[in-house]
Amino acid sequence: MSKVKKILLDPIFNNNPIAYQILGICSALAVTSKLETSIVMALAVTFVAAFSNFAVSLIRNHVSSSIRILVEMTIIASLVIVADQIIKAYAYDISKQLSVYVGLIITNCILMGRAEAFALKNPPLLSLLDGIGNGLGYAFVLLFVGFFRELIGSGKLLGIPILPLVTDGGWYVPNGLFLLSPSAFIIIGLLIWAIRTWKPEQIEEE
Amino acid sequence: MSNDSTKKMVTVALGVCLVCSILVSTAAVALNARQEKNKESDKIKNILIAGELMQEGIDVKAVFDSKVQPEIVNLQSGEFLPESDYNAKLDPATFNVKVMADDPDYGTAIPADKDLARIRRMPKYMTIYIVKVNDQAEKYILPIYGKGLWSTLYGFLALNSDLQTIEGITFYEHGETPGLGGEVDNPRWKEIWKGKQVFRENGEVGITVIKGQVDPDDPDAQYEVDGLSGSTLTTRGLDAMVKFWLGDSGYGPFIRGHRIQKEEINEQG
Repeated sequence: MSKVKKILLDPIFNNNPIAYQILGICSALAVTSKLETSIVMALAVTFVAAFSNFAVSLIRNHVSSSIRILVEMTIIASLVIVADQIIKAYAYDISKQLSVYVGLIITNCILMGRAEAFALKNPPLLSLLDGIGNGLGYAFVLLFVGFFRELIGSGKLLGIPILPLVTDGGWYVPNGLFLLSPSAFIIIGLLIWAIRTWKPEQIEEE
Repeated sequence: MSNDSTKKMVTVALGVCLVCSILVSTAAVALNARQEKNKESDKIKNILIAGELMQEGIDVKAVFDSKVQPEIVNLQSGEFLPESDYNAKLDPATFNVKVMADDPDYGTAIPADKDLARIRRMPKYMTIYIVKVNDQAEKYILPIYGKGLWSTLYGFLALNSDLQTIEGITFYEHGETPGLGGEVDNPRWKEIWKGKQVFRENGEVGITVIKGQVDPDDPDAQYEVDGLSGSTLTTRGLDAMVKFWLGDSGYGPFIRGHRIQKEEINEQG
């Protein structure tokens, strides 16, 4: 039981794909200017990570190592297309905002990384959990960044005004920097600092 | 059998591809109807935005049906197509600009010297949308499209019933750079278009998207719209697009015809 828990929860703080392994930064910058898009993106990546891990693990004993990367890419790409189709069908407005970034999940290093590092060596159910766990770790960072970017950048959360804007007669002057990608670097940097202060064992030796 | 034998590798690769292709095509086919419906209602929503009828929480379809009347215009003659001439392809409900432009019967190639918007082909008919209040046309919403930097922009230009004053502009499909050319979606920039005049007194298309900001003291300021900063090519595309569609190859004949009719009505009244 403890092993299952470890696989599922470790990627959130102890071995976070973004904050510790520094993977998947690109999409974390691109889609986090609002909380809503962050949530959908996080769900999509979790979905793809979970099922790609599961599928790769299912056939791990039958794939030659010389074609394994191709097989992994095929599986990941197919799942990404399915996720993209589902988002287009059920959350059309958000799919327009996410535009190319759903398709670019294919290039998210987290997916290939987990397939290579975990799914090829472990049984399907554990791999599924590992995918979900890493998806959650990714989701945690995305939601954290999205929360602050939307709140500081536009005074809203999920489109609902939280801080009354000056333009609407309130007192809050939104900080436009937080709507631009560089702000995500700043927030992720602060988050990594906070996690490493809390868990000093994550600090690399010099 | 060893995993590295050619036979096994080919079998595994083919198997993976087969399963994946079934998965992808199932998803694409099963969700297609829903996606098409989304696209359709997104288009309707954009028509309402262009006509300033859009509000949060309204039933988009109901408002569209009650306030907006689609008409098909013969671009060359500028006349409305009578309803009796509607057919499977010429039907406002299913009218698709992209399909019609490529259609051998209903599309036409644009001569290179006239192709300002760089779209090569255009439909001979266009579905326009008339916002009516008490059965009187209040606004005309005209579909426009043209090349920007990366993509073809598809949108609507709304004109006042005088067919001279711009009421709004909106784009429902484009792939311009987010933050630069993508700022065509910026509400503040769209607001600039409102109240701009289309035609000069001599009848020429005056509306221009300029590079930089419009000087309010310029006598031509009423014909000029600010360009998008950092996106010269998108700005040029927008300028060419509105000039093309409001000119003789686009809605020119329709606009002239309908302005004359209106003046006659006014004189009689």
